[in-house]
Amino acid sequence: MTISVQFSGVCRFYGDVKAVDTVDLSIQEGEFFAMLGPSGSGKTTCLRLIAGFEQPSAGHIEIFGETAELVPPYRRHVNTVFQDYALFPHLNILDNVAYGLMIRGIKKAERYAEAEQALDLVQLPGYGARKPSELSGGQRQRVALARALVNKPRVLLLDEPLGALDLKLREQMQDELKSLQKVLGITFIFVTHDQGEALSMADRIAIFNQGKVVQVGSPEDIYQRPDTRFVADFVGSSNVIPADFADKTNTAGQWASLRPEAVRLVDSGGRTAVVISRSYLGAMTRLVLDINGIRLNALSPSNQALPADGEQIQVDWDSADVRLMDSST
Amino acid sequence: MNHPEAVITPGRGGLFGVASDYIWRNPRMFLFLMLLPPLLWLGIVYLGSLFALLVQSFFSIDEFSGMVVREFTLKTYGELLHPANLDIILRTVSTAIVVTILAAIVAFPIAYYAARYARGKWKAIFYLGVMLPLWSSYLVKIYAWKLILAKEGILNWVFAKLHLTWLLDAILAIPIIGGNSLSVSYLGTCLVFLYVWLPFMILPMQAALERVPGNLLEASSDLGAQPGQTFRHVLLPLALPGVIAGSIFTFSLTLGDYIIPQIIGSSRLFIGQAVYAHQGIAGNIPLAAAFTIVPIVIMGFYLWMAKRQGAFDAL
Amino acid sequence: MRSNQQAPVSLKIAAAAGLLFLHLPILLIFVYAFTTEEKSYQWPPPGFTLKWFAVTWGRPDVWAALKLSLQVASISTVIAMLLGTLCAAAVSRSKFFGRETISLLVILPIALPGIITGIALRSAFSLAEIPFSMWTIILGHATFCVVVIYNNAVARFRRSSASLIDASMDLGADGFQTFRYVILPNVGTALLAGGMLAFALSFDEVIVTTFTAGQQTTLPIWMLEELVRPRQRPVTNVVAMVVVLVTFLPILGAYYMTRDGDRVDGQAR
Repeated sequence: MTISVQFSGVCRFYGDVKAVDTVDLSIQEGEFFAMLGPSGSGKTTCLRLIAGFEQPSAGHIEIFGETAELVPPYRRHVNTVFQDYALFPHLNILDNVAYGLMIRGIKKAERYAEAEQALDLVQLPGYGARKPSELSGGQRQRVALARALVNKPRVLLLDEPLGALDLKLREQMQDELKSLQKVLGITFIFVTHDQGEALSMADRIAIFNQGKVVQVGSPEDIYQRPDTRFVADFVGSSNVIPADFADKTNTAGQWASLRPEAVRLVDSGGRTAVVISRSYLGAMTRLVLDINGIRLNALSPSNQALPADGEQIQVDWDSADVRLMDSST
Repeated sequence: MNHPEAVITPGRGGLFGVASDYIWRNPRMFLFLMLLPPLLWLGIVYLGSLFALLVQSFFSIDEFSGMVVREFTLKTYGELLHPANLDIILRTVSTAIVVTILAAIVAFPIAYYAARYARGKWKAIFYLGVMLPLWSSYLVKIYAWKLILAKEGILNWVFAKLHLTWLLDAILAIPIIGGNSLSVSYLGTCLVFLYVWLPFMILPMQAALERVPGNLLEASSDLGAQPGQTFRHVLLPLALPGVIAGSIFTFSLTLGDYIIPQIIGSSRLFIGQAVYAHQGIAGNIPLAAAFTIVPIVIMGFYLWMAKRQGAFDAL
Repeated sequence: MRSNQQAPVSLKIAAAAGLLFLHLPILLIFVYAFTTEEKSYQWPPPGFTLKWFAVTWGRPDVWAALKLSLQVASISTVIAMLLGTLCAAAVSRSKFFGRETISLLVILPIALPGIITGIALRSAFSLAEIPFSMWTIILGHATFCVVVIYNNAVARFRRSSASLIDASMDLGADGFQTFRYVILPNVGTALLAGGMLAFALSFDEVIVTTFTAGQQTTLPIWMLEELVRPRQRPVTNVVAMVVVLVTFLPILGAYYMTRDGDRVDGQAR
């Protein structure tokens, strides 16, 4: 496996603000890599460091083994899909898509043919003559994608590309992006603050918090085995509970995470819990439980018999589902 | 996947390529280079000249030789306090106030209609209807009024046709503002000032009114306010920043003008005419310079007040 | 502020009267250009004729003044476009210490009464012992024209998204290519509109010019002399009409250019 992007101790400071603080990352070639974190956590700055819009204050960045510092964005064979799409308003769609090829001096007929192909790829055939202002948000997003892909970049950077779309369109684009990435085999680096999006699309995820990478792993790793309280809180709705409460073999003072769906309703032999409230989520129902003063979320299939509010029930979980966390963060 | 191309490309080379890389690596330098020409120009030509003006106002003129004495003195500023000069300053400032109030009154219906009711084609017509007179030739506008106000001109003709000549004569007979004919009266001067500066009042007023939410007025009448009360308690306070912004122009322009009162008006001088006369025929540049400090000080004070009222947002 | 209601009749009348007040005097100029009356401003005109157009056409002093005005306006506009664009680009592209001061400095020449700019330049010329020439006129005109270009350009720069430049560089265009293919097409119409307004402003300027022209005669100065001491009323009438037409064209052009630009930009949001 070739490493496509390598961060070694990369920092980016704005005065006293540490936007990116000593980040180490290795992103494999052909990987769909997500950078996930709340706004201001440094994920977009990392993306801009790869694109070349920002320069690291310290540390070293390599793209396919080549040093990237002090290389302007226009000399990096890396392309970006911008959050606001950044389509050129004065050019029609075809000229927008063909822009990169035009800059490289490719002849008109050839670059238009390639641009048409790229528009086919994003399912916008025949839209070439329109202006960006005549397209919907979803269509503009596809044009932005085609404009980047037509250059056959070694790495494609996507900065919250689905953020401005409505839910249905977003889900559809998630599937399309994923299959496009499979077909093209290009490294996709995807920035998002939506954990669902990251979990469903990425091969690997880096979780950012306050300029630092706090955990890197597969979606399963991140979801099932969060390293820190922050990750457990941020990715989904994990229960964060005292470790000795979750499993008697653990020592007091540590914290552990427990997925709500790992909490089972049992007939007997479990722990006694009181149902505080329940909310119907479709296929699943969420129960908020109280066990000796500790709040716990449980997810149960809606099609089974569910207790009413205030009812006393028995719940249990496997100790393998309890994940001890780094207590410092 | 086969990637024939390197991930870092060498760039297009040549002078432009090298220069582009250099600029990209030194953004501060580039910013400096961009700002250098305009700052040099404005700094040397404009600020330098203003400074030269300020310096000259501290010189004085030798009364016998008529030569400028290049020695520091406050004597020239003292001359400003002569009754004749004070009279000029007072007349100019009071005219500026009168013209500003008149302009606000005449501008309001146009600005209000354009902001609240006009749309589509009419919006464009109103916009151009204000922009064209604003930008059309200043001298031609004054010339037009010379034609209108002349004794044999259209205004007298209209009054005669309506058998109202007696009314015009009565108005012209009023001391101070009247005169032989409208074109040599103080009244005429104010009228032309009003005409020429009116677009400068309409535009910021309209901008301020555009920002008033329409439902605010409906809320006011819903709460039982008469149209007059709505105007006084809701519309006027909201339009005020626009009026102040517009009055910056009408005030500043009236204070500095020397052509309108020279062509249409009585023989009594305005600040602008005094400056022009002192620097030109008399060659008394120090006194002319000292005179210009008056509008600068007034405008500085005025801008400071306007800023406190939040008028700059309406500009 | 929008209303679906009908405007009160009194408001309609007041607004219409206001607009008429603004336009009738200018229309009057067109009537007077054709009058047969030579010695006074008599109304109604005793008759109409085209002969004054021919007379004006044959007047070398008018042509000379027009030529100087056009020269001054063209050169001042070019200088102002260069300075104003540079300033606008620098101010809107990056945050730096003192950008507020720079905005103020650009606006000052038009915010202070023109006579101050005029007398200031004049006293500077006299201190530095610079003789009057076409270039002393241009020096003044370019200074107050910068603000027109600057305002137009800053507004457009602000509206066109900063990520367009990033996008262009991301797609392989270096600084010069980005300027040529993205920045210029996006701010071009705003610059051109600003340039037209600056041209109209310079072509018409008289207050500053009287201080910086010395013995030279631009068209506005020619008109001013006619206004103070009327000698050739019919010729002045014709010149006034031509001046109105010449200044209307760039203003209408600038209006249509920025209007289209605004519409496209507005939709692209």
